Amino acid sequence: MLKVNDIQKSFDRFVAVKRANLEVSQGEIVAVIGPNGAGKSTLFKIISGHLKPDKGTISFRGKDITSMAPHQICRHGLSLSYQIVNIFNRQTVFENVQISVLSRIGKAFDFFTPSRNVAVPETDEILASVGLLGVRDRICGSLSHGEQKVLEIAIALGSKPELLILDEPTAGMSPEETFATISLLEKLNKEGLTILFCEHDIELVFSFANRIMVMQQGISIIQGPPAEVRENREVREAYIGGSD
Amino acid sequence: MGLSRASSKLVSLSFLFIGLLALSVAPLFLPRFFIYLTALVLLTGLLATSLNLALGFGGMYQFNHSVFYGLGAYGLSLMLIKTSLPPLLGYIVGPVISAIMALIMGIICVRLSKLYFGMLQLSLGSLVWVVIYRWYSFTGGDDGLHGVPIPQLFSSVTGSYYFTLVVTFFCMVILYFIVHSPFGRILQAIRDNPERSASVGIRVRLQQLIALVIAGFFAGVAGGLFVTVEGSAFPDLLSWTLSLELIIMCLLGGWFTFFGPMLGAAIIVCLRALVGGYTEFWTLALAIILMLLIYFLPEGALGFFERIWHGKASASGEVK
Repeated sequence: MLKVNDIQKSFDRFVAVKRANLEVSQGEIVAVIGPNGAGKSTLFKIISGHLKPDKGTISFRGKDITSMAPHQICRHGLSLSYQIVNIFNRQTVFENVQISVLSRIGKAFDFFTPSRNVAVPETDEILASVGLLGVRDRICGSLSHGEQKVLEIAIALGSKPELLILDEPTAGMSPEETFATISLLEKLNKEGLTILFCEHDIELVFSFANRIMVMQQGISIIQGPPAEVRENREVREAYIGGSD
Repeated sequence: MGLSRASSKLVSLSFLFIGLLALSVAPLFLPRFFIYLTALVLLTGLLATSLNLALGFGGMYQFNHSVFYGLGAYGLSLMLIKTSLPPLLGYIVGPVISAIMALIMGIICVRLSKLYFGMLQLSLGSLVWVVIYRWYSFTGGDDGLHGVPIPQLFSSVTGSYYFTLVVTFFCMVILYFIVHSPFGRILQAIRDNPERSASVGIRVRLQQLIALVIAGFFAGVAGGLFVTVEGSAFPDLLSWTLSLELIIMCLLGGWFTFFGPMLGAAIIVCLRALVGGYTEFWTLALAIILMLLIYFLPEGALGFFERIWHGKASASGEVK
């Protein structure tokens, strides 16, 4: 479904991603792990079109998306949920998700239908599926951090993606919120959504992901099932801690 | 919640109806000067509202909006003076010229954001102003165009007032629908977070460009109305100082509200006409109002009242 080939990205003299390779198949949950500064977030921004790579190619469902703009990549079925909450702060919870739905159903240039009447059931359905229907009319800036992170995911779901990319989806969440978010993602995956995510909580990654790619200093050093990655000596030394 | 929204709508509609009724019968009671002044308030309010589509709802620093106002005024004036085409066509041609210029300037500016957008627009607008200011044989140069032959139906003070009222009303209705449409909602999303907007599939620059063209068109309509009321067009209509005044109108009334700029326009136009009659330092009063506004009402007058109203309407204060 998604193929990342030899991606490289530098900022002036700093090489953020040296050589990243990644494959994600339909229906999988794939995790990217690595220490701080390994290049995970940069890689996600490159895949979603927010950064252009210096070298390498990215294809999604056989189509080259390397030089596409974020809005084009989104329309191909790939949606990003950000590490730092990145929502529409002045809008209500409902409006945040509705904006995404309006864009997907081609209503961006509808000038005369009152927006409060457009895509309402669809938006409410997404809010219900993530558990935010009860706060639909609240200004999203007043939500808790955990709720805002879930709203992040709901906004991404508004564009009905085939592949959802999550940059540290549970960062800053309480254990209860983390559990609820992982349950939600498992449910979405069972419904057919492919998930690519990065996360610092190693136990969570090994229990949740089908496959794991490990990055170190901008290079993808291994990619495989959790058990295989856990046993890899290079990974243990470099990231998990010790070879024993 | 449903009840408060319904009652809020009822109150708004009641205010609108009473306002329209008062404006419709105003010429029967008001002296000529105040009829003229009200017409000026209406067309300036339309102009400020058109700016607010780009500024308040689109988040684009449109620093030279008066260029489109002036082009609309010159478009109509030149057509009425130099051609024998049907006069009413001029009321379409002027705004279309403004919209085309907004499109050209927008294509160049929309690649930039915030202050860079504003500064580039200011520069491009100044170029247009210079052309109008120096092209004596066509635009009358710094003298402008006077004694424009306005169609007889609108040439009297009352006629021009009613024409302005009707056109302003219809334009405001259209702008209201646009702001509250899916297009308007997405435009506000871009204002709040362009990066996120792009990542949910929105074509940010195209959306902004269309908003600029619409804003330019309605500024052109306001320019045509000014010619109808004043019978003249002059280079000051395109000046950046007028643009600055328009921005102050939006801030004063409330730049995140739809009717705020109209209120801001009413305050400033009346202030200039009434205080300006006594002293040439009327801008001193404006400066004091502006300072008070920045310190005490950063959301503008209408924004402040809306917040109070919504605060009362919703128990929590967090519900929109």
